[in-house]
Amino acid sequence: MTSNKINPEKWVGNYADYLYNYAVVRVSDAEIAKDLVQETFLAGLKSAINYQGIASERTWLIAILKRKVIDHYRKINSKKGKAEVRMNYSNQTDAEGDWLEEQVADPLSLLENDNIENEELGFAIQECIAQLPQKQSDVFTMKTIKGLSTEDICNELDINPSNLWVMIHRARTSLMGCLNENWFEL
Amino acid sequence: MMNCEEAAKVCNKLQYKEASLWEKIQLKFHLLICKACATFSKKNNRLTTLMDKAPLQCLSIQEKKIMEESLKTEP
Repeated sequence: MTSNKINPEKWVGNYADYLYNYAVVRVSDAEIAKDLVQETFLAGLKSAINYQGIASERTWLIAILKRKVIDHYRKINSKKGKAEVRMNYSNQTDAEGDWLEEQVADPLSLLENDNIENEELGFAIQECIAQLPQKQSDVFTMKTIKGLSTEDICNELDINPSNLWVMIHRARTSLMGCLNENWFEL
Repeated sequence: MMNCEEAAKVCNKLQYKEASLWEKIQLKFHLLICKACATFSKKNNRLTTLMDKAPLQCLSIQEKKIMEESLKTEP
């Protein structure tokens, strides 16, 4: 019943960005997130024999990454004295003596939901980008996520501008269709 | 007059703020008379808003290359 095959050569191309985004919102540090992704790939490679093909490759890698994130927090918390909980009720000295009630989170606030929703949106977009052909997704991520200029992309990928716009157009059209299904109506 | 193909291209350029003033004016006129392009433009703008809202980041091609290399040398 091995419906899913493991294919480590394509890991970086297919999943690096997805795992990276997953990690970066959880450790909020670009360098650490990068290291965690790298460790995940290595750990995956080592235990590739245990992969039974029941879950998809990506789910399997995410599961490993989850453990890595937990390990990371264990490591930084095991240093002496870090594990204790410290609470600063107020970090402004001039606010001393003021009522603490003023600083309590607003239970009716919807701002936190926005963050969660945006993170989910990010994963939905990422899934859609992963479905694009390699060339298109390269151009689209460079242009849209990294915000590189048209000239730079053309130089790096060795294409001409009108070529680039055609690819951007195709990528955007398929993304619109894909997000229409996986996210709310566009 | 601009045709639909050109309009789509300018519309895409506009998403990255790379359309010239003259192109923008032409596009506006085209959108007034062409229903299909107006819909496309609306969806396109929405996609840009969504892309801006999502906290997406990605690794550069170089960083991925380094990762790939170290994966190959590992086993």
